[in-house]
Amino acid sequence: MADSMADTRRIIVTVNGRTYARDVETRMTLVDFLRHDLDLTGTHVGCEHGVCGACTVLLDGRSARACLMLAVQCSGREVTTVEGLAVDEKLNSLQQAFQDNHGLQCGFCTPGMLMTLSEFLRDHPDPSESEVREVLSGNLCRCTGYQAIVAAALDAARRIREGA
Amino acid sequence: MLGCTRHRCEKTHNIMKPAPFTYHDPSSLSDAVDLLARLDNARVLAGGQSLMPMINFRYAMPDHLIDLNNVSELAYLDCEGDVLRVGAMTRQRDLEFSAEVRSRCPVMTEALGHVGHRQTRNRGTLGGSLCHFDPSAELVNVTALLGGMLHAESKRGRRDIPMADFGAGYLTTDLSPDELLVGLTLPLPATGDGHAFVEFARRRGDFAIVACSALIGLDGDGNIGNAAIALSGLAHAPVRPASIERGLMGEKPAHAAFKAAAAEAGELDATEDAYTNAAYRRHLARVLTYRALERAAARALEKLNG
Repeated sequence: MADSMADTRRIIVTVNGRTYARDVETRMTLVDFLRHDLDLTGTHVGCEHGVCGACTVLLDGRSARACLMLAVQCSGREVTTVEGLAVDEKLNSLQQAFQDNHGLQCGFCTPGMLMTLSEFLRDHPDPSESEVREVLSGNLCRCTGYQAIVAAALDAARRIREGA
Repeated sequence: MLGCTRHRCEKTHNIMKPAPFTYHDPSSLSDAVDLLARLDNARVLAGGQSLMPMINFRYAMPDHLIDLNNVSELAYLDCEGDVLRVGAMTRQRDLEFSAEVRSRCPVMTEALGHVGHRQTRNRGTLGGSLCHFDPSAELVNVTALLGGMLHAESKRGRRDIPMADFGAGYLTTDLSPDELLVGLTLPLPATGDGHAFVEFARRRGDFAIVACSALIGLDGDGNIGNAAIALSGLAHAPVRPASIERGLMGEKPAHAAFKAAAAEAGELDATEDAYTNAAYRRHLARVLTYRALERAAARALEKLNG
């Protein structure tokens, strides 16, 4: 299909607190929009069918697969990506806990892990290990064997509760 | 650095996963039904957790995509008397966290814990799951267990479809191309019934190979007064094994009755595919039927002894 025939829409979307207006082809997925149109390449594209969780972002505060949404569906809404976690260029408690506990190796799954846990720890500040494992079942990691990720999540929960 | 990224973007900009389509986002049910009647090769987009993967891989290449996410009248959840009414666009998350569903229809809550993952349940809808009609989908199973009534709408009018008639084949429902699933009415289980939903999947959150749900009610003597079983993964639609359900009536809720029922479940017809043969599915049907009945009966007993 020639570009002139492409079905496009103007969308206005807030990402990490900044509002963007862009013309997008309606078939563009949210994750491709974030990466290619906004240059926010922290959100990773893995399986592109909703299984691996690497592209997890928050949509109006709820975790969602950015590969299973169209950018056009996010018009008027608020998206938070991994770039929105650090405060004044300083890692937040969750990110710091990942670094301190070696919760990542290659780092490909990490943005998705962090976004899933951002929602989860906000709603469940004092989770058990099995609850952490349950919620992380939607994020695949091929390096760590998950032990260090679970340890980082529990450590982060403790730090957040203690106001660190 | 930024300029460099920009250059790369421009080169890859035209690489879109989905094939081209025209996007429609109606804000009312009547507009949605209108579009569906008028457009050729249109697909309806609900939560997108099944259709979007198919579109990304170009297994599905609709010319028109009708997005229901702005049709707010299709998102509702009412427990009223002895029925639960749910709109097709009600998110799985909202069912999962509903206190009313948890207390009046706990088998639904237990089943939802197996539906994908939190991130997919945040978007996924009841209607989307029912219409995708995966042979082992948990919400399809629970709808069959409770004998739900599905409501469809088209320009031609409204139609009620009993769950037993909804399946037309593998991943295929009885809906016509111009019909839209708008809601579901589920008869709630009796308050004394014990429930269970169990399944076996290769990985947490995957579609089950076989799933089994059960409801058990006990009579005044502590014997089984009513029993319902739904097995998924054996055929394109969930199976309600009527003879097994009847066979449990009047029995003591104990090992002998569960074992006999499970043995019969292990004799049911089962499909096979490249990954799982029929014998293994029957084995799982036997094991899971036993577990579901045992758990449902224990819960019914707990309620009886209150």
